[in-house]
Amino acid sequence: MKALKILRSKPWLHDSEVAVAAPQYAGPDTAAAGRIALRFFLLVVSVLFFLFIITFLSRSQYPDFEALAGAPWQPFTDPSRLWFNTGLLAFSSLAMQLGLAGAHRGKLNIVVAGISAAAFFAVMFLVAQLDLWLHLQSMGFYVGGNPANSYFYLLTAVHGLHLMGGLMVLSNVVFRVWYDDELSSLSSPLQLCTTYWHFLLVIWLVVFALLTSRPETINALAAMCGF
Amino acid sequence: MQHVAIADQIDEMHDPQSFVTKYIWSQDHKVIAIQYSLTAIFVGLVALVLSGLMRLQLGFPDTFDFIDPTAYLQFVTMHGMIMVIYLLTALLLGGFGNYMIPLMIGARDMVFPYLNMLSYWMYLLSVLVLLSSFFAPGGPTGAGWTLYPPQAILQGTPGYDWGIILMLASLAIFIIAFTMGGLNYVTTVLQARTHGMTLMRMPLTIWGIFTATILGLLAFPALLVSAIMMMLDKVLGTSFFMPALVSLGESLDYTGGSPVLFQHLFWFFGHPEVYIVALPAFGMVSDVLATHARKNIFGYRMMVWAIVAIGGLSFIVWAHHMYVSGMHPAFGFFFATTTLIIAIPTAIKVYNWVLTLWQGNIHLTVPMLFAIGFIFTFTHGGLTGLFLGNVVIDLPLSDTYFVVAHFHMVMGVSPVMVLFAAIYHWYPLISGRMFNVTLGKAHFWFTFLGTYAIYLPMHYLGFLGVPRRYFAMGSTDFIPESAQSLNASITISALIVGVSQLLFLYNIFWSLRHGKQAGHNPWGATSLEWQTPDVPPHHGNWGAELPRVYRWAYDYSVPGAEHDFIPQNHPVTDTEGTAGDHGESEK
Amino acid sequence: MVIVVVLVLLVIGSLLFHWLSPWWFTPIASNWGTIDTTIDITLYITGFVFVAVNLFLAYAIYRFRHDPSRRAHYEPENKKLETWLTAITAVGVAAMLAPGLIVWADFVDVPEDADEIEVVGAQWQWNFRLPGADGKLGEVDARYIAPDNPFGMNANDPAGNDDVLVSSNELHLPIDRPVKVLLRSKDVLHDFAVPQFRVKMDLVPGMVTYVWFTPTRTGKFDILCMELCGIAHYAMRGYVVVDTAEDFDSWLAEQTTWSDMQAIPAGNAIAGKDSFAVCASCHGQQGEGNVAMNAPSLAGLPDWYIARQLDHYKRGIRGAHQDDVYGKQMAPMANMLADATAVRNITAYITTLEASVPTSTLDGDPSRGASHYNSCGACHGAQAQGNYALQAPRLAGQEDWYLKRQLHNFRLGIRGAHKEDTYGHQMVLMARSLQDDQSINDLLAYLNTL
Repeated sequence: MKALKILRSKPWLHDSEVAVAAPQYAGPDTAAAGRIALRFFLLVVSVLFFLFIITFLSRSQYPDFEALAGAPWQPFTDPSRLWFNTGLLAFSSLAMQLGLAGAHRGKLNIVVAGISAAAFFAVMFLVAQLDLWLHLQSMGFYVGGNPANSYFYLLTAVHGLHLMGGLMVLSNVVFRVWYDDELSSLSSPLQLCTTYWHFLLVIWLVVFALLTSRPETINALAAMCGF
Repeated sequence: MQHVAIADQIDEMHDPQSFVTKYIWSQDHKVIAIQYSLTAIFVGLVALVLSGLMRLQLGFPDTFDFIDPTAYLQFVTMHGMIMVIYLLTALLLGGFGNYMIPLMIGARDMVFPYLNMLSYWMYLLSVLVLLSSFFAPGGPTGAGWTLYPPQAILQGTPGYDWGIILMLASLAIFIIAFTMGGLNYVTTVLQARTHGMTLMRMPLTIWGIFTATILGLLAFPALLVSAIMMMLDKVLGTSFFMPALVSLGESLDYTGGSPVLFQHLFWFFGHPEVYIVALPAFGMVSDVLATHARKNIFGYRMMVWAIVAIGGLSFIVWAHHMYVSGMHPAFGFFFATTTLIIAIPTAIKVYNWVLTLWQGNIHLTVPMLFAIGFIFTFTHGGLTGLFLGNVVIDLPLSDTYFVVAHFHMVMGVSPVMVLFAAIYHWYPLISGRMFNVTLGKAHFWFTFLGTYAIYLPMHYLGFLGVPRRYFAMGSTDFIPESAQSLNASITISALIVGVSQLLFLYNIFWSLRHGKQAGHNPWGATSLEWQTPDVPPHHGNWGAELPRVYRWAYDYSVPGAEHDFIPQNHPVTDTEGTAGDHGESEK
Repeated sequence: MVIVVVLVLLVIGSLLFHWLSPWWFTPIASNWGTIDTTIDITLYITGFVFVAVNLFLAYAIYRFRHDPSRRAHYEPENKKLETWLTAITAVGVAAMLAPGLIVWADFVDVPEDADEIEVVGAQWQWNFRLPGADGKLGEVDARYIAPDNPFGMNANDPAGNDDVLVSSNELHLPIDRPVKVLLRSKDVLHDFAVPQFRVKMDLVPGMVTYVWFTPTRTGKFDILCMELCGIAHYAMRGYVVVDTAEDFDSWLAEQTTWSDMQAIPAGNAIAGKDSFAVCASCHGQQGEGNVAMNAPSLAGLPDWYIARQLDHYKRGIRGAHQDDVYGKQMAPMANMLADATAVRNITAYITTLEASVPTSTLDGDPSRGASHYNSCGACHGAQAQGNYALQAPRLAGQEDWYLKRQLHNFRLGIRGAHKEDTYGHQMVLMARSLQDDQSINDLLAYLNTL
């Protein structure tokens, strides 16, 4: 509604209302800018995954699609390996949150421990995902074998790339803290990284849910989207 | 997100000293803008030459030995892709977006200058990858700029191997570059506006660029998704878009994919892309018209609403590119309706541009001529869009020259007219010198009349039913011989227009050294970019103190004011309070 | 003020161009006159707006040109005017949209009594299938497609046995019968477009699309592919012939059905050897060709290509042009073969002959020729090995002087100009991209290396 009010204002008038609507400008705010940019970036990534998922649902309605869960011989009918990987990513997210809490309270030890654990679990997650790939390959589920397989590799790869990007940014943040030795400058970028970590966890959960869905669930979702 | 380096103090800007830091690895938005612009114009010239070659074949078939069907399709494809993505998108957003946003909203730079620099270098990389496909085995892809599978990645299409792979890779890199830049533009507009610069006080240029950037951020992922999936179909043999088929007598391993799915994704990007190009052009032309007519833009609020409305609607009209694609025909009802609805805000914009001139005090400067030319060409192109958007009329006209003529009018000529208007308009600010007016006018007449001589007749080839993307027409029963003479005349016009762009290039580069000193604000403009302490603006733009904004960007010819313009950073005087209400009291 | 005059002239000029232009829709030959009506409505409305906006623009520029003694009017907005303009525009848009949607509803709704026929697209040819006596089209699938089953018929579906398979690019339709055209593609996207019928639709591999119309005028109309489908897209042509009911029936009776096609016996090479004695006098005992007799090499050519050429000679499709000196010599020879069986036998024999290595008689640069060959290779194969699916003969191993003469003949329309010579017609279009002798020599020099 605020947006509507802004759009309805008449900028050529010099009345007090316009002046009130003006932001109290105190120089550009680094942290706020970072938050806005991150929000937009997460929006872009959401659109990316949204579109992948829409195409997944659309593609699932063609007769050659064989969901990866449902029948007993399908790899994700028993999703325990995926749960294990999810646990790793959740620990990583949790560790980031702890590290952030440490930064807020000014405790460097906790920050270091949190970030290290987060990075460790994130790398472990990636390794576990890679192992899952090899596992599926060894079971004969190749990338081109079936569209469901293709989507499994595609979605996990795109998710993994986003996580790797996050790790690079995180290492850069750590690097700068190392040199600046200034804990206060860490808090804001660490906040952004933590948000990103949680976001990737959510994305992973959605991907997880989709990959382990039984054909009936997928068909129902596709029907809801009109495919 | 890591390189959060916002400078609000001039001494923090590390004013670059050496040539390399100043012009190559620069983080100054103005230098990056010029890097973007020069790269885009360079690659645009390549595409212009390609279009000339393609026209030579169409105008004078059976004449040129070096243009065979393979080369022809490659010219068509690369011309289209370069013009839409690597020239127009890059020049309007990477070039003008970069230059204008900080200056017009009163900021010292983009909020993430380092990211901005990376954005340019990624863009350059995407251009190099694209151009490298000319030298790859098999040459660049000839699948048409829409890159429809299955043919884009199958034998029988030029560049089905390296060409298409490099094209998809280049697009992916471009999208990363755009996202870096786009996040910057959006955040800068939302976060770095100076004192008093409310959203509704921003010039329409910024509204256009801002909205287009958001469209780009939301639409380019669709292209990325389709590029990634097609790449996997090509390289790893997946079947996202590839059904079971027999290609040139050989059964391939693909099964069950859907080519129409690709088209949905492509046009979910492709239609907003039209507005990614058009909205910044709409904004810039509004500012050029207002400045040179010495009159506020008519119906500013309506103009902003129209930009936002068009931006929103552009996401629900995509399938009007697919009326004959074999999608379920019932979609035709929905998409024809949304498409024709989008004509309403667009028409309002045209009315308001014309009404801005009404009761103005019109200076027929070179930028103004281009802006008027834009109104003419855009009206023409917009109206022919009503034919194609109306689903049944699209049946006879789709994939004919009518389509080619329509989108060149609306998306080629019109934005290019605005780009020229904008370049001439802001040239004194960017270079500090005035361009040569005579050359500028000559350039206008050649471009304006020449392009109309190309595209008006082309619509009629389309009515006749002449298909596009044909290397040669051969013989048919329904196309008369005279159509070939028409094609020849179109080619001659196209070559004249192409060559006349040398006038522009010569003018721009000659005037850099020999133009008259422009001085401060030669057009008497109100918006903030003209109020910098130095012309051209120095690093950091504003000297010691950021400007403070007291009014909207269109206080031209305010009754009772001393001059016929009041810059945005001039405080409101006591006598003005009533003057500002003037328009309000009239209704 | 030049711009004012120019704007007015452009408006007048555009109107004149429109009225005087000889380039307009071809006379309609289907029931879709309503589409033309919708176009007229749109044309009047948009034409009016075009004239009104631009004349007003010109007048505004003229009336309010720069005058130092005057100031522009200050008017941020005028709600009343803007609301009115919006409303009028909305009415205009509705006036264009409504008829469009009504006609589209007709297009979506296929009449129940429409005859179903199938159009099959493949790079770069049109084929057709009609349902036969049972009125039902048999099942087809891409995985059944094979050299002896180009339509991909399911051999186990009895409904397919009487399906009429039209392997030429000419489709006949009866006048005044609504027809639902099912569209199917074997490989990439194509588009079935007949300008006189107004409607068109893409062919999409993996699915069946459709379009319906009622032909209302007899005559022969071009089918053009209107969705980019590769290098020879522009050469993908066909014809629809709209016949009276009687003519249509007699055409239909001449066509081959799926069961006919399966029943064709293989050629007998031994019987063919005897008839080859006549051929051997010019083409050589091993079919190696003879430049002195202007006889090309036959050994190595695929049987289906030789059969088609013999058939063309017999029917005057090839070798009938007055400038085709050597073709005219071949035509009576081909006529010595009595029937299809004789042709099958002789082609069966020729395929048993060992392909010879041609001698190079031309001077060309193979590396330049390689780039010219790019477009040729799309059909004839990267190694010039030929491709049955595209009906493109093997070129490797053929004598270069012969190929050169054929390229000349194609370029000049001496060969391939006959309406029934589908593939020859494609070669006419393709050959015209080679402009001079040197290019042809280079190309053939490259072919000699394959």
